[in-house]
Amino acid sequence: MKNNLGRDIPEQIAGNYKIYQGPFEQAIEGRKSSPKIIRVKPGESKLLASLEDAVIKSGLKDGMTISFHHHFRSGDYIINNIMDIIAKLGIKNLTLASSSLTSIHAPLIKHIKNGVIKKITSSGLRGELAEEISKGLMEEPVIIRSHGGRARAIESGDIKIDVAFLGASSSDEYGNANGSNGNAICGPLGYAKIDAEYADKVIIITDSIVDYPNMPASILQINVDYVVKVNEIGDSKGIASGATRFTKNPKELLIADYASKVIVGSEYFKDGFSFQTGTGGSSLAVTRFLRNEMIKQDIKGSFALGGITKPMVEMLEEGLINNIFDVQSFDLVAANSVSKNERHHEISSSFYANPHNKGSAVNKLDIVILSALEVDTNFNVNVITGSDGVIRGASGGHCDAAAGSKLTLIVAPLVRGRIPTIVNKVNTVITPGETIDVVITEIGIAINPKRQDLIEQYKKSDIPVYTIEELKDKAIEIVGNPEKIQYEDKVVALVEYRDGSIIDVIRKVK
Amino acid sequence: MRIIKRAIAGTMESSDIQIVVEAGQGIEIELKSSVEKQFGNQIRKVIRETLEHLDIKDVKVIAVDKGALDCTIRARVLTAAYRGADIKEDYNWEVIN
Repeated sequence: MKNNLGRDIPEQIAGNYKIYQGPFEQAIEGRKSSPKIIRVKPGESKLLASLEDAVIKSGLKDGMTISFHHHFRSGDYIINNIMDIIAKLGIKNLTLASSSLTSIHAPLIKHIKNGVIKKITSSGLRGELAEEISKGLMEEPVIIRSHGGRARAIESGDIKIDVAFLGASSSDEYGNANGSNGNAICGPLGYAKIDAEYADKVIIITDSIVDYPNMPASILQINVDYVVKVNEIGDSKGIASGATRFTKNPKELLIADYASKVIVGSEYFKDGFSFQTGTGGSSLAVTRFLRNEMIKQDIKGSFALGGITKPMVEMLEEGLINNIFDVQSFDLVAANSVSKNERHHEISSSFYANPHNKGSAVNKLDIVILSALEVDTNFNVNVITGSDGVIRGASGGHCDAAAGSKLTLIVAPLVRGRIPTIVNKVNTVITPGETIDVVITEIGIAINPKRQDLIEQYKKSDIPVYTIEELKDKAIEIVGNPEKIQYEDKVVALVEYRDGSIIDVIRKVK
Repeated sequence: MRIIKRAIAGTMESSDIQIVVEAGQGIEIELKSSVEKQFGNQIRKVIRETLEHLDIKDVKVIAVDKGALDCTIRARVLTAAYRGADIKEDYNWEVIN
């Protein structure tokens, strides 16, 4: 069957899942899921000698669901180490519910082949693991969930975590853990907070045990069963880069220039506005351009949201923005700021973006700047599959921020090498076009026809305005018409929209 | 035009294509491309057409493409072909139009 974005969903999947109908169309009901009641008595120790002890003590059995977070990014040692131990203990058929997976997790391929991992849900997949899964490595399709969608799924019970293995930069022996002290700092543990609250068993893994109480803590002792000390939780270079450098790429700077003109010209750019930007070259440059304009016009922001980087911290410290809501820090400056700046707030992924709670932070966003691998002429955005159809990215908070924000901008070059960014039909829809307002490229912008107000407003400006079809034609003029990617019938991944409905599927590449 | 020796043009940089030509029988093209799935056939077509324009009938082409545009492909094939034919003047630029 086709869903209402025209995406082809196999009947068998359509019969078992809710199908995407619109950004806020799904009915919701029921009560939140809850973890088992477990009592720790006075005098009992939570400290265990080894990861192996932790896996055994957790009571992990065949067929259970385990979870991890991705705050250690490409420096993470935890997932691979734990999976090796689980494999050695002979436990099989597990569901791996990591908040995301990166290129460092290629060793998981062998655990999928040997039957230890049967199912995966994740925000994204990269590197060799992603390539193998795209080639049909797994019997069960991976479920791709956005950051808000994962929080929703855990709270609703769609994901029931039996054991959460949560790495932390530091912890005390009773499980108060954070990412702001220790040998390898990652900053907020926003994605792990939700696992700690909803998993039946929670194990903290750290290389830095500190004196009790380790406060302020991201994960609290009342949710933690065991604490394990290991030699290293990860490679600090892969966990957080020193500082984010500004781009010198003229194309990215031009895109950023247009984007900041769109923002500054909009009704949303006024005292008390809020915004989120990504970490791409153009996005970071927009932050810098906005900063200059805010100083010039004496405008102060109410909050910045998202994955946080150094430029946002500088704006907080300069008094240009009043608050930062931080679910994950992308560099060391941001990671260190949380404990230093009292208006730099650590938030959970549910607070960040969950569509089915009583109001997440994305609902309060005025402006968001997001990137894209592909945008189609219906404004649908793909951030997960490459132009060759192979998985190489992550859903992240893309569709969450787009749905919540009043003004959603996509910044992307018209072409990348020979690959067009603006296309007739994206390989995979992560974010529906109805939640996108403006697409910004180096040759000009295209405004969603849904936003006649913006079309009226910007046709008088000095920014070149085109229709999205015109942008697509200009891309094709440069690179030629790409051939369609050939897929087999086998579905390798389901893409869940943030509300739990299936917005698209990813098929095996021929 | 006849290819009489092995010659090379282009680089392996992004958005470029490296063309190696050598004496062969008929036009034989061996292509490795980062955009094979989307543009492989188009790249082979442009290489073949450029060679035909130069009236080259026997050549083996080894191409490593990193997402070059058609104009780049034509320029690199032309250069490699003239080098392989050991021609150093009176180039026929028409083929890149």
